[in-house]
Amino acid sequence: MKPDLQKILDKINFKSISPTLDNIIKREIELIKKKPQITNSQIPYPNLYDKTDFDVLPNYYRPYRSIFASLKTLDELLAQDIQREKDGFPRRIKIGRLIKPSKNNQKQVVIIPTTTEPKFYHDDSITDEQETGGSGEGNEGDIIGEQPAQPQQGEGSGQGAGKGDETEHDIVQEAFDLGKILTEKFQLPNLKPKGKKPSFTKYIYDLTDRNRGFGQILEKKETLKRIIRTNALLGRITTDDIDTTQLLISPDDKVYRILSKEKDFETQAVVFFIRDYSGSMQGNPTQVVTSQHLLIYSWLMYQYQNNVISRFIVHDTNAKEVPDFYVYYQSQVAGGTKVSPAFELVNQIVDKEKLAVENNIYVFYGTDGDDWEEDGKEMTNAIRKMLTYSNRVGITVARNAWGANSITIVEKNLNESGLLKEKPELIKMDVMQSDNAPESRIIEGIRILVS
Amino acid sequence: MYLIDQHTKKIMEECKERARDAGLKFENETLEYIVTNRDLLELSPKAMIPTLYDYWVYDVEVLKEYGKYKLYPTNPYETVINSRPAISFYNDNNPDWLNIMIFYHVLAHIDFFQNNILFQHTWNDDFVGQALADKRLIQKMRSEYGRWVDYVIEFARSIDNIVGYYNLIADNIFPNEIHPEDKISYYFDEFLQKEIKLSQHEIYKQILHYNDLLEIHGKSAEPIFFTEVRIKYPEFEAKFEKYKSKKHTKYDDLLQFIRDNSPYLKKEANQWMCSILTIIRNTALYFAPQIRTKIINEGWASYWHDRLFLNDDRIKGNEIPYAKINAGVTSINRIGLNPYAIGLRLIEYVEDLAEKGKLDYKFQINENYEFRKNYNKKTGKGKEAIFNLRTNFSDFTLINVYCTQEFIDKNDLFVVGRKFIPERQVYQYYVKSRKAEDYKKMLLDSLYHPCYITIDQEKTNEECLYLIHHYEGKQLIKEFIPDVLIGLEFLWGGKVQLETTEIVKIENGENESDKIELQKVIYNSQNRIVNKIKI
Repeated sequence: MKPDLQKILDKINFKSISPTLDNIIKREIELIKKKPQITNSQIPYPNLYDKTDFDVLPNYYRPYRSIFASLKTLDELLAQDIQREKDGFPRRIKIGRLIKPSKNNQKQVVIIPTTTEPKFYHDDSITDEQETGGSGEGNEGDIIGEQPAQPQQGEGSGQGAGKGDETEHDIVQEAFDLGKILTEKFQLPNLKPKGKKPSFTKYIYDLTDRNRGFGQILEKKETLKRIIRTNALLGRITTDDIDTTQLLISPDDKVYRILSKEKDFETQAVVFFIRDYSGSMQGNPTQVVTSQHLLIYSWLMYQYQNNVISRFIVHDTNAKEVPDFYVYYQSQVAGGTKVSPAFELVNQIVDKEKLAVENNIYVFYGTDGDDWEEDGKEMTNAIRKMLTYSNRVGITVARNAWGANSITIVEKNLNESGLLKEKPELIKMDVMQSDNAPESRIIEGIRILVS
Repeated sequence: MYLIDQHTKKIMEECKERARDAGLKFENETLEYIVTNRDLLELSPKAMIPTLYDYWVYDVEVLKEYGKYKLYPTNPYETVINSRPAISFYNDNNPDWLNIMIFYHVLAHIDFFQNNILFQHTWNDDFVGQALADKRLIQKMRSEYGRWVDYVIEFARSIDNIVGYYNLIADNIFPNEIHPEDKISYYFDEFLQKEIKLSQHEIYKQILHYNDLLEIHGKSAEPIFFTEVRIKYPEFEAKFEKYKSKKHTKYDDLLQFIRDNSPYLKKEANQWMCSILTIIRNTALYFAPQIRTKIINEGWASYWHDRLFLNDDRIKGNEIPYAKINAGVTSINRIGLNPYAIGLRLIEYVEDLAEKGKLDYKFQINENYEFRKNYNKKTGKGKEAIFNLRTNFSDFTLINVYCTQEFIDKNDLFVVGRKFIPERQVYQYYVKSRKAEDYKKMLLDSLYHPCYITIDQEKTNEECLYLIHHYEGKQLIKEFIPDVLIGLEFLWGGKVQLETTEIVKIENGENESDKIELQKVIYNSQNRIVNKIKI
């Protein structure tokens, strides 16, 4: 066990703690010690059916299927999927995420529509013996190789599905596209932009100016007014006798809209993504939270037309900021759990960088609901402060399977603080079972958090 | 996609002659196409069959988490397809010597497809032509029935990995005419084994006795035999009557059973769906042998490309680049499994055994070390033995018979185990065992093995289709079960039940298989709502 963890533990043990919390802490420590789960895709050695002639015979290109080769467009696929639901069958299209390795060791997350074909298959994940073949020297018992149990920086993680190498889109574009799909197809709400400010760099061209004589679009009402005025001046009409067929129309009377350069207005948003990566988050809760945050990230990208600054924070008993989404997405489970430092860190950052002045601020937090700090005073205080400047704080609790349906500490503390009722327009909480959270549930969760 | 040029075709034809001289047998006509990367992208989802029916899933990236070979038990990316004529795919800019190597590899695959008995059911048809006809039929249906065609395809495909492939080849090899009378087969196959539970030895004695009677009395042997039986087992006649009264058309093939018996599909308006089920089933049966012969087929092709290439006078001077590529294909991994390497080594091993006469009975019974070591009869029967392998063996039988301790030692093979070191947070790979039985078990366990699901015909009726999954140490992927059942409910037109076994708890211990707790459950799909109950 990490020494600092032991220290915290010693400190906590001095206080009197309830048996539930005691259980939580013990279980978490147990989990940290236990071997982490490794998915089959992380096992580095080749399987019997991995190789085909195309791989071993030279000069072939490994067939890799992707959306870019697809014969149907994504729109068609999604329309078909909605039709499925109407016909009473489960939906099939999922939003897949690939971790794409690239040259400078920087992972890219690539988003693609994906599907499974359900069949009766054996489930190897539980009973697989994790044995393979080998050859060469070595006596029985000799160690011949080693692999870190947790993916290292620069190593693919099991989150994705397969690997691709021909797509050159970067995350921002992909996220933007995904956000568009989410907004349009899954009917996520549109944001009401607040606090727009004129941009100094961006211009748009719009039909805002009026011009007499020529232009792009005729303004009929204005034109009619002009004609009436001209004819009235000429005395061709009086108030009680208007014969429209006799009206004179001067070319100058025609009023048009004309294309003109305008300063654009931009809405800026700063989004903080925070997640718990303590021992108890292993497996499903992490999956749920990272998937959801990726989707939210994409949705905001679209909503703010890419004007989103994202900050990423992970925490166990301490909180730290990580540089980008890939690290955030792939950071592996660390130590114990303390929620408050993460929120305090956000407050600090916002305060120090004066972010609240010019930006819409969103905070999304994902956890399994465990907290070693039982009364949650520090956490609620931090959140209370946060609510003074943020547009929305969204908290996702992805409950662990062992807790069954019982309420978690984070939920309890939040409910008791009364914040959820006091400021329902600013803070939302969504609770789901992490072992039963299909993609539709995750998207539903986003709807709750951002509505 | 276009045909190779005349120059390259000539090289291919010369390769054919040399391959034939070496003993390979294949039909004369073959088609070789140059494919671009773009072609490959479009062909690979269709398992390289250009004429396979269209289906929307082909257009979408399929989640690969579950292991590619499980989602596609079709060995999708093969350079050769088993059609008439056989079609193979090439890259545009290979030098001649490299093409020669690939041609030999391909010819050996074609030889395998056209001679191995697991492929017998594919010998009479050209699958590419058949697929084209199927594709047109499905297109025609789409214009008439719209998206419902795709639903039926989807639901049929949801069980296409459990088609009764082995029944099919068993029927091919063991024709119905020579089946014994019902009464006799019931007596020996069911009654003695399941009711009386006699030992193998006792049953064998009785069969001998029956055969003796047959020889002496001819047709009247049967009544004589059963008179004796009546004295020995008075209950036999009653049991046999009871047995006869039940339905005993045996269906191990769910797709076929649904097609022939579904009350919903029998309705006139739904008859067209049966054609789709047949198409899906035939396609699955066509692909079934490929995944079951991966090791032996690749081993066979590697064996021949090496033998033929090195004896080819046209390639002088290119031995070194060849050696490099060949080593890449056929070297044994330090950790991991390479079907090319294992297949090649096993074939070479069998050739060596036969060459020295070590497959003979006389050798097999003698356990003297010196005798075994120096035994060499120089029979010259090595080639004959491996051609026998090519004709009669699958991956399973090859490994099961020939993965011996001698083979393991000769190639320095071992089972790799993995253990977790908590202090350092790493997995260590170690030499777990050099015993043949362990290595064989590991290999057999990594072979493709679909789950075994049968129909309980007693519990199945117009309203309900009752399926039983036979537990073989692995549970089903739970996530998929409801979706498959909803599809089957549609095809049956009534509720569907699946009896299966789930693992409820695994203790984390050294030997995980000892501490598994099992629970039998029934999944029940009615009105497209699936629930699960424990039994």
